[in-house]
Amino acid sequence: MLNVHLPGLDLKNPVMPASGCFAFGKEYGNLYDLNVLGAVIIKAATLESRYGNPTPRVAETPAGMLNAIGLQNPGVDKIISQELPRLAEYDVPVIANIAGSEMSDYVQTAEKMSKQPVVKALELNISCPNVKHGGITFGTVPEIAAELTSKVKAVSEKPVYVKLSPNVTDIVAMAKAVEAAGADGLSMINTLLGMRIDLKSQKPVLSNLTGGLSGPAIKPVAIRMIYEVSQKVSIPIIGMGGIQNADDVIEYFLAGASAVAVGTANFVDPFVCPKIIKELPEKLNGMGISDINELVGRSWKHA
Amino acid sequence: MRQEAMRVLAHEKIADAIFELKLKGGMVNEITEPGQFVHIRVGGGAQTVAPLLRRPISICSADPSSEIMTLIYRSGGLGTGLLSQAVVGEKVDVLGPLGHGFPIDAVPAGGKALVIGGGVGVPPLYGLSQALTAQGVQVTHVLGFRSAKDVFYQDAFEKLGRTIVMTEDGTCGQKGRVTDVLNTVDFDVAYSCGPTPMLKALEREITEKPLFVSLEQRMGCGIGACMACVTHTTDPGDSKGYRRVCCDGPVFKAREVELC
Repeated sequence: MLNVHLPGLDLKNPVMPASGCFAFGKEYGNLYDLNVLGAVIIKAATLESRYGNPTPRVAETPAGMLNAIGLQNPGVDKIISQELPRLAEYDVPVIANIAGSEMSDYVQTAEKMSKQPVVKALELNISCPNVKHGGITFGTVPEIAAELTSKVKAVSEKPVYVKLSPNVTDIVAMAKAVEAAGADGLSMINTLLGMRIDLKSQKPVLSNLTGGLSGPAIKPVAIRMIYEVSQKVSIPIIGMGGIQNADDVIEYFLAGASAVAVGTANFVDPFVCPKIIKELPEKLNGMGISDINELVGRSWKHA
Repeated sequence: MRQEAMRVLAHEKIADAIFELKLKGGMVNEITEPGQFVHIRVGGGAQTVAPLLRRPISICSADPSSEIMTLIYRSGGLGTGLLSQAVVGEKVDVLGPLGHGFPIDAVPAGGKALVIGGGVGVPPLYGLSQALTAQGVQVTHVLGFRSAKDVFYQDAFEKLGRTIVMTEDGTCGQKGRVTDVLNTVDFDVAYSCGPTPMLKALEREITEKPLFVSLEQRMGCGIGACMACVTHTTDPGDSKGYRRVCCDGPVFKAREVELC
């Protein structure tokens, strides 16, 4: 009922924690058995270690939050040696998020990561709004996104999902550009660029000034973009943005997603992923649906 | 650590915008050290998204035999404002206990501890002082507040040991700051929780004896995954170079991490 098959990924269910919201699974692995998850998308890896931005790094907003962590991670080599062995003990596919500031960083990081047996797919992060160079530039210019995608595809032993930024005027053009460059799938969406200003200090709350908006506030934006993109590409979409419950998952499928990732909600309720996975079959039964894959894109297929 | 719907047993205002909340539940049995905290989802039962994130609140004291813990918090923003409306009998969504608290065995048997608190940083020091005195440690408290209207738990602390209250305007206790009276106290180990400028001053003043400080930081997950609450280590040779306030702390040795 919940099984989903995507390039490189045989998932027992379509629910996975989103990159950056689950670290490398250790903390949540202390709370529940990670084997219940469809997959785990691990925190972005860069070629070298990164400390990230100064604090404050998070600020709450209505129905959402801004973050400007800045891709803090110990670097790809340490992730491979210190984090992946623990994840390899589980029967859960790992999707490795790859970030960088130069094309060559991305390529080297992707090459190393894709060789790891536990890593079943890469998620190419061309959309982090919180790093000064690269990241977002790769995610806003279709030609550059396509060039990076094809370079990473050339070295990767595993399928590559490109994580798109919503901070563009034409999301369909971005999606088609990376599809043409060989992307095996899409992740949609990364955070929306935002800001909060403190009334007392009269300055931006985040030390990075801007941050990425996530949480329920961005769900309608993600739904709209997936609705548009899924009708124009033939590669699958992992949908994300503000998912909190099984109803949200179903809405993403109806929009055109073939799997989903849960991000900010893990902070609100650390048990949210297992709760959603448990809740889904009952919801589908209630709809008379025996296979969740039947729901993909129904909102526009019926139109 | 567990997520539990804890029942409100008592909830009252004990100073200006300061509330004392007593919660009952099995989680209390898991509290291992004074200075740990809980992460509360305000209005969680209704799946509300405003406020969205949990609120970290330090544990003031805990009694495993009755499964009751006491929290003291300041009602200021949206989240704590809503929490302050919780009524007796209501269930509150609590994640905890979280973090590492104060090491009470840092004081030698029969030794002396100095406990220094500022404002809403005072609450976890009450549970600390209870634990220290139960071990036979002689505790002196130096508690700083803005004004008389902000003072709470003065009597409770006095029952545990000598208590010096300082107010900025002199309306209660002595006029001045906590650092003004440190040289009048004999101690082996100092513990502190309060505003960052106060902790910075203490780190400058208390250099000959062990000092432990509890930090406050904006948090996301509260369990070490999101990296929102990190702070740099002061040792440039440290293998990680950072600590997470939520799970490596909130209590650190003085000068172990940068206070921010």
